[in-house]
Amino acid sequence: MRHDVFIAGYGGQGVLLAGNLLSYAAIHEGRNVSFFPAYGVEKRGGSAMCTVVFADGDTGSPVVGHPSVSVILNQLSFDKYASKVKPGGICIINSTLVTSDGVELPDMNLIQVPMNQRALDLGDVRMVNMLACGAYAAATGALALESLEEALKKALPERNHRLIPANIQAIRAGADAVPH
Amino acid sequence: MSEKLFVKGNEAVAMAAIEAGCRYYFGYPITPQSDIPEYLSRGLPGLGGEFIQAESEIAAINMLLGASATGVRCMTSSSGPGISLKQEGISYMAGSELPGVIVDIMRAGPGLGGIDASQADYFQATRGGGHGGYRIIVLAPASVQEMYDLTMLAFDLSDIYRMPAMVLADSVIGQMKESVTANPRPATALPDKDWVVRGRGEGQPQRVVKSLYLGDGEMEAFHWKMHARYQELADRECRWEDLETGDADLIVTAFGSTARIARTAVAMAREAGMKVGLMRPITLFPFPKQAYAEFSRRCKRFLVIELSTGQMVDDVRLSVARDAEVDFYGRPPGAGSLPTPEELFGQIRKVYP
Repeated sequence: MRHDVFIAGYGGQGVLLAGNLLSYAAIHEGRNVSFFPAYGVEKRGGSAMCTVVFADGDTGSPVVGHPSVSVILNQLSFDKYASKVKPGGICIINSTLVTSDGVELPDMNLIQVPMNQRALDLGDVRMVNMLACGAYAAATGALALESLEEALKKALPERNHRLIPANIQAIRAGADAVPH
Repeated sequence: MSEKLFVKGNEAVAMAAIEAGCRYYFGYPITPQSDIPEYLSRGLPGLGGEFIQAESEIAAINMLLGASATGVRCMTSSSGPGISLKQEGISYMAGSELPGVIVDIMRAGPGLGGIDASQADYFQATRGGGHGGYRIIVLAPASVQEMYDLTMLAFDLSDIYRMPAMVLADSVIGQMKESVTANPRPATALPDKDWVVRGRGEGQPQRVVKSLYLGDGEMEAFHWKMHARYQELADRECRWEDLETGDADLIVTAFGSTARIARTAVAMAREAGMKVGLMRPITLFPFPKQAYAEFSRRCKRFLVIELSTGQMVDDVRLSVARDAEVDFYGRPPGAGSLPTPEELFGQIRKVYP
C-alpha cells in the first residue's frame, strides 16, 4: 500500500516538522519513506509545503500532482491546493484559520479541525502541527498514534525532548477532533 | 541489517564518502549542495582528515588534484556555476590520470540560473566538460539510498580506472529525505597506487604526475590508451535498472529524479492496462548503449523524459535500432517546472502505440 500526503501552511506553523514526524512514524512501522520539501516561487511569500510518500515497497515519485490526502493549515494554501486533492481523497483543514465557505469541492472528504483553537486550549499555539499529525493519523488510519508518539524522539532534537509529553497530548487532541 | 536512517540525499553523499575512506574534502558553498560540506566540516576533522573551505571552486578542484596525487581518497562537490569553474582542474586530473570524486547537485542554468532541479548539465558531465577530449565516469542516483551507494561506487571506480568520477544528481535528490541503510564499504579489490608522489622513498625511481606530453607521439599514445580505457569501462561497468520491459510496447526512459517521477507514471499506465516499461540508466558514462540496443529489438517505441530541452535523448537515439521511434518530453529547469506523475502519464498516453 502506497500512501501520500501533502502538507501546506505558512512558515512557522511547523509544516516541515509535521512531515518529518509522519516520516519517522512510517519508518518506525517498517515502511520506506520519501519526504520532499516542495520548493516553489511561493517560498518567498512565506509558504511552506512538503510531500510525504510511504509504502511497504517502492515509494515511486516524490513529486505528487494530485495527493490522496492534503493537510492544509492556512487559507492561502487552501485556495491554491485544496482542489488538487485526488477524487475520493481527504482534505483536512485547520478550520480556525481556513474557511471553505463558497468553495465547491465535490467528491472529497473535507475534515475540519480547529487546530489553532485546540492548540491554544492546550496552552501553546505552536502545537498546531502536532494536532495536524494526530488528525491525519485518525482520519486515514495510515499510521498508528503510538508510532507518531514514538517518532517524536527522533523528529525532535534532544534539547526539546522535555516537551514530548505536551506534544503527545496535542497529537491525541488532533486525533480526537476528527469526527468518527 | 543495520538500522534505517532518515537523511537528505546530500547528507547521504557525505556519510558515504566517510564510509568509503575519504578523509579529504575541498569545496566552496553553493545551493543546493551545501549540506555536503556542512556535514563533512563536522565529520572529517575528528577522523584525522581535513576539511577545507577553499577561496573558490577553482582552488578546491586544484586541491583535489594535489591530494589525489598523494594517493588519498578525496572529494569535492558543487552545483552548476561552481562545476563550470572546476572544469579546468577536472581536465588536468583526467590528463594526469588522477582519481577523485566530484559531486554535482544540478541546479537550473545557464549562468546563475536558479536553485531548482535541472538535468541540463548532462552534456557537460558526460562529454568530459573541459578541454582536450576526455571522459569521466558519471553516476546518476535516483534515491537517497543510491546517493549513498553510488558515492561509494564512485570512489572505487575512480581508483580502478584512474580517472575522475562524478556523482550527478539534482536538487530533488539532494534535498529530499528518505529512509536509508548505511551499508558498509564494499570489499572491492583495488589496484596498488604505485604512481603516487609522496616525497618519500629515497633511491626509488622518480615519479611524475603531469598532463603535459611534449615528446614525439607521447600525447597521441596517451589518447589511445585512454580511449581503450573508456572502452573497457563500457564493456564492464554499464549499470541500469529496468522495470517491466519484457512485454513492453513502450519503454519510458529517464535518469535521476525524472526516473522517479516516471516510475509512478509507468505504474499508472500499467494499471490502465498499457504495456509500458521503464529503463533507467545508472551510469551515464559509460552509457548503457548495448542494453538500449537489445530492448529496441523487441520494443520499437521509446519516450525519453528529461528536465531540459533534450540531451540524453541524443544518446538514446544513437543506441536504439534504426527502426525504433524515440519521442521526447522535457521540462526545462526552473521554479514550478517539475513534472508530476499525472503529467508524464498524459505523455505516455500520447505516444503509446
